[in-house]
Parts: sequence; C-alpha cells; structure tokens
Amino acid sequence: MAQITMEGLTKRYPDGYEAVRDMDLAIEDGEFVILVGPSGCGKSTALRMIAGLEDITEGELRIGDEVVNDRAPKDRDIAMVFQNYALYPHMSVRENMGFALKLRKLDQDEINRKVEEAARILDLEQHLDRKPSQLSGGQRQRVAMGRAIVRDPAAFLMDEPLSNLDAKLRVQMRTEVSRIQQRLGTTTVYVTHDQTEAMTLGDRVAVMRSGMLQQVGSPMELYNDPVNLFVAGFIGSPAMNFMPATVHGDSVTLPIADVRLPQGMREKLGRAEGKQLLAGIRPEDFEDAALTGDARDRGSTFPAKIEVLESLGSELYAHFTVTTDQQIESQELRELAEDVGGGEVPMAGEEGHIVARLDPQSGVRVGQESELWVDAARIHLFDPGDGRNLTIDATGPAATGRGQGPEGRDPAVPPREDERPAEGA
Amino acid sequence: MGHTSRERTLWSIGILVVLLYALIPVAWITSLSFKSPEEVGDRKFFSGFSTENYDVVFSDDTFLAALINSIGIAGIATLISIVLAAMAAYATSRLDFTGKALILSGALAVAMFPPISIVGSLFDMWRAIGIYDTWPGLIIPYMTFTLPLAIYTLSAFFREIPWELEQAAQVDGATPFQAFRKIIVPLAAPGVFTAAILVFIFAWNDFIFANTLTSTDNARTVPAALAFFTGASQFEQPIGAIAAASVVVTIPIIIMVLIFQRRIVAGLTAGAVKG
Ligand SMILES: Nc1ncnc2c1ncn2[C@@H]1O[C@H](COP(=O)(O)OP(=O)(O)OP(=O)(O)O)[C@@H](O)[C@H]1O
Ligand SMILES: [Mg+2]
Repeated sequence: MAQITMEGLTKRYPDGYEAVRDMDLAIEDGEFVILVGPSGCGKSTALRMIAGLEDITEGELRIGDEVVNDRAPKDRDIAMVFQNYALYPHMSVRENMGFALKLRKLDQDEINRKVEEAARILDLEQHLDRKPSQLSGGQRQRVAMGRAIVRDPAAFLMDEPLSNLDAKLRVQMRTEVSRIQQRLGTTTVYVTHDQTEAMTLGDRVAVMRSGMLQQVGSPMELYNDPVNLFVAGFIGSPAMNFMPATVHGDSVTLPIADVRLPQGMREKLGRAEGKQLLAGIRPEDFEDAALTGDARDRGSTFPAKIEVLESLGSELYAHFTVTTDQQIESQELRELAEDVGGGEVPMAGEEGHIVARLDPQSGVRVGQESELWVDAARIHLFDPGDGRNLTIDATGPAATGRGQGPEGRDPAVPPREDERPAEGA
Repeated sequence: MGHTSRERTLWSIGILVVLLYALIPVAWITSLSFKSPEEVGDRKFFSGFSTENYDVVFSDDTFLAALINSIGIAGIATLISIVLAAMAAYATSRLDFTGKALILSGALAVAMFPPISIVGSLFDMWRAIGIYDTWPGLIIPYMTFTLPLAIYTLSAFFREIPWELEQAAQVDGATPFQAFRKIIVPLAAPGVFTAAILVFIFAWNDFIFANTLTSTDNARTVPAALAFFTGASQFEQPIGAIAAASVVVTIPIIIMVLIFQRRIVAGLTAGAVKG
C-alpha cells in the first residue's frame, strides 16, 4: 500500500523525442487512477517509468515516502500487466502466475493456493497446466492479469489489460478488476483507450495528450467541466459536437440558433464579447422540444431537418446538418476539434454534422423538420486561440501546440484575474 | 503455399544428389574399416567382413588416450566458450554501452585470422609459459577461435526474445541474473545448442593446433593421433586401422548432434507477446 507521487516527470528518449513532459500527479494510497489518451500520447511510457522499466529523464517519482527514481523494478514492489502480455512462453499458466511468488521463496502449497484462487477469479482453472501458446488472446490476457493479482504489491500498474477481450468478457472482467481493487485496496494505475473503462472504473481519470497531462479529476468533473477542447472532445461518447460561435451581449450566436446564456456564464465570458469562439455541445444536451417540460426556459429551441435516426432502444440519436457563415481562424484548433469531436466543424459555406441524443419517446421522423431544444447552461465555449474552456472556473493547459505551458497562451482572450491551475479536487 | 508435385520431385532429386555426394566417402571409409589387410586394395565395396581393424584400434593405448583427450578438451572448450559467449551475446544484444561496436568487430577480427598464422607463435608462447602439450594449451585456442561464432549465433537468438519478458521478470522480483537464467537462457536454448554443436565440432575436428601444440599422449587429440597411426605391425599400411579409427571418432559427433538437434526446435517464444 502506498501513494505514488510524480513531480515534473519527464521522459526524453535517446532520439530526443519527449514522450512524457513535466507530469505532475499525486495518487493517493488505495486510489484507482485511470490514464487515458489517444495512441502514442505517452501512457505506457508514464506507466513504465513508475515500474522502473524506463529511466526517468527529469523529475521525481515517489512510491510511499521514498524517492525511487534510481531503484530497480524488483525493489519497487509493484505488479504490472503489460500491454502485450509478456507471458513466459516456456512455463505453464500455473508457473507463469506463480513465478513471482516462487522468487519470493514462498512454499509450494502457499503458491498453489494463491494461484488457484487467482485462476478461479479469472476463470482460468481448466487452463492451469497449458502453455501460453495454447491459449486464446483473451485467455493470455487473463493470465497476465493473474500474474499481477496473485501478489500483494504496493501498487498495480495495468497497461490496457482488457483490450483483447470480447465485449461480454470485457464487461465481466471490468467488474472483476473493480472488485479485486476494492477488496485489496491496492493503489492502481490503469491505462486504457476505452471510454467506458475510463469513466466507470476509476476514482480519478487523468487525460494525456502528446506527453502532456491535460486534466485530472473525477469522471464527472472531466465530463462536466473539461478544461479545454481536447478533453471535452475526448471524454464522452458519442463525442461532443463542435461549431463556431460568437457572443453578443447576453446571447451566443450558433449555427443552429441564437441562444440566451445564463447569467453565470455571461459573466465569465465578458472579455470574449464579439470574438469568434468555438462552441461544444454534447449530444445529450439536445432534446426534442416537445419533451423538455419545465427545463424549456433553460435553453432555446430551433428547427432541424433530421437526416438519420438511430434507435438503440434506450437511446435515440438524431443526425442533422447545419450551415454557418462564421469562420474559425485557427486551422490547428479546427483540426483538433474534428479529430476528437463528433465530426466536421462547420465553417463559412460548409456543412457541419451534429448528433443529438433524444428521449426515445420522441416523435421526430427522418426527413421531417423538427423542433429541437438545446440546454444553454450546458454549452461549452472555447477560446479559439488555444482551445481553453471559457465557461468553467478552472484553467488548464492549452489544447493547441505541443508542450505549450500556460505561459505560452495565445492571448486571443486575455486571462482572468481569478485564474488558477486545473488540478481537480 | 503448397508445392506442385513437379517441384517436389526436383527437390527430392536435388537432396538425393547432395546426400550421395556427402555420404559416399563416409560409406567407403566404413567399408574399408571392415576389410582385412589383404582386401584393402581390392576396390570392392563389399568384400569380407572382419573386425580386425577395430580390435587393433581399441587395443592401441595411444588411440584410447587420444579419444579421452578429445572428449575432455572439446567438451571443456565447448562449455567455457558457450558460457562466456552467452554472457557476451546477452550484453551486446540488450545493453547499450560505449565500445559495443568495437567489441563485436574485434570478435569478428579474431575469427578472421587463419589458425595457421598464429599457431607458430602459440607454440613458442605455450612452451615459454609451460602449457605446451597440456589440455589448457588446446582449450584456450579452441575457445578463442569459437567464441566469435558463438557470440554471433547467440546474439541472433537473444534478439528474437521480446524484451518485455525480461522486464516482466524484473517486475516480478527477479534480479537481472535470475531473469537471464530463468527466462532468457531457457528461451534461447535452441541457440545455445546450435552454438554448442558448432563449437564442439570445431574443437573435435581441429588438426592444426592439436598437431602443433602437443607432443605426447598427454594432450594429443584423435585427429593428430591418426596421423601417427601405425597399425598392427610396422610393415603394413595402416589403412584399414585408420579407417576404423575414423569411424570411431565420428560416432561421438553423431551422437552429440542427435542429442542436441532434438532441442533445436523453432518457435519457443510462441505465445509470449501479442501479435
Ligand atoms: N524507444 C523509443 N524511442 C523513441 N520514441 C519512443 C520510444 N518508445 C516510444 N516512443 C514514442 O513515445 C510516444 C509514447 O509512446 P507510448 O508507448 O507511451 O504510447 P501510448 O500512449 O502507450 O500509446 P498506445 O495507446 O498506442 O499504447 C510514442 O509517440 C512513441 O513513438
Ligand atoms: Mg501503450
């Protein structure tokens, strides 16, 4: 049991590439922290630095109260599940799982007991005497998992441990991982690509991009108050819709409609008056205008011609297009928004694609002009220069430009007095 | 995939030709070894069958001493060479250290010297330091000449082994040496055996060093002893006896290859990592 503290952790590979840059993260004892981000953003590298498999170029890493920068992996008392399993091919499943215990010189009965216990949890009992080459990908992944949980380490490090399982097994294993972690109360750092895993498993989620930590917070914090356009687009599925926006007085002009903003939001946007901004609206913040009931006053209604309707029974997705005459100046930001967001970001003369999640009771029809509603309080507005979210209290790193710190901020909108760093509660 | 029957026939013929070419001399020697002295010159493949030559060989003290020398020297040279080569190959394939390229090319350079060019100086040196005509006197040059080959063979095998395996072992609590011994060496076993066979054959078959650096039964190995072979009496050509001795010295090699070949199976790392 131990907390893991990273201070200014940086990894520069011999070819000069900075895979992780100046990472600050304090993981509490027993906490379950998820590391997410697009492929190649440095998640595995960060994890491997904690494990001691990758030298730390700069910064300090503490496990418990001790600085472990220069400590060998075996002396850090951590268990790791590797992204590519790394099973010992010449050993049976039983020997694979028992290897660490054997090195610790536990007696054979004890080892067998622990291995069989883990095998039972992971549903591997009938495979204990087979070699890894005789197992399916999903079974191998579970053996890799088993190798970690037979031990009682200070921390678990898991690198996409469920990526190769089929949907059903993944759900089952996800609950299993969560149960194991809760029962053992072991500090866990878990890397994943998967939205659902990120949102459901962890106490806190850390979003990374190009080696930089973007935001750390509880799943709901990230979802409700993303610090920048990248986090906003990355968290949530289907992704947030992005479109150009301009604030005039107390309303914002969107391609879909002019929307009156709530008082609190208007105050935060004071300095952005008249500037070209980027708006982000989650699919679930739209609704069929006929079904909004009391909430109707919180937002605005607008007409939309529904092109595609996808019904999943419990959810209903309506797709429609919008046009605009507004222009997004920053090409980089626009590309980023399209990359992480739901699709094309509309610009002058172009069409944009919007996804709305409606109540399944909705009576909207394909090809029909329908009255939709958008929740004004839930609109996010992003600085077009650097992609920071202007509608929340905290500020985070810029979404544009690799490695731009707060000082590298593009002053399209001048900083507020009360700006403070974004680290979540 | 799949070869046509025409291709298969051509391949079979090719293999047969090579086999005949390689095996006819062996068969001829074997047939010679079973001939009595009178029949040796009869140019027939099958004439009588006598074990007289084998009796001569096995009653010859020189030959028996040479056989023991050969087994001991080749065996020890192989053992030391493989242990050193495994460690060197591991270091060069896993670690980045200054002078790595230099070591590798140095090793290759050693292998490039023809043995004949250094055997003269070795003769003088060995006499000066007193290991002339001893086992170490042969083991050292055998090791030197086979190490580069063994290092190159083994590092090719080590490079095949995913590095994550070793890292997994380290995270599991193994020291670097434990990871090497329990994970890497077993997985590189095919490479170890390949290298061992090559080293053993080199040491077993060597004639130049054995002939130059020995003078008595103390350390003289079979290939050198054969050259001094006299046969049953001084007055007859020892052809039959030499043939019998040649057959006898070939047998350990064949046994050794058969034993080790079974361990040289590919695909030992299957199932270790994804993809
Ligand atoms: N040995 C290396 N030398 C140079 N660059 C490297 C090396 N290893 C990794 N990188 C780079 O570092 C970056 C981060 O790699 P890392 O494996 O941490 O990504 P990741 O976030 O785990 O991605 P994925 O989700 O695809 O596993 C990548 O852009 C990669 O190209
Ligand atoms: Mg990775």
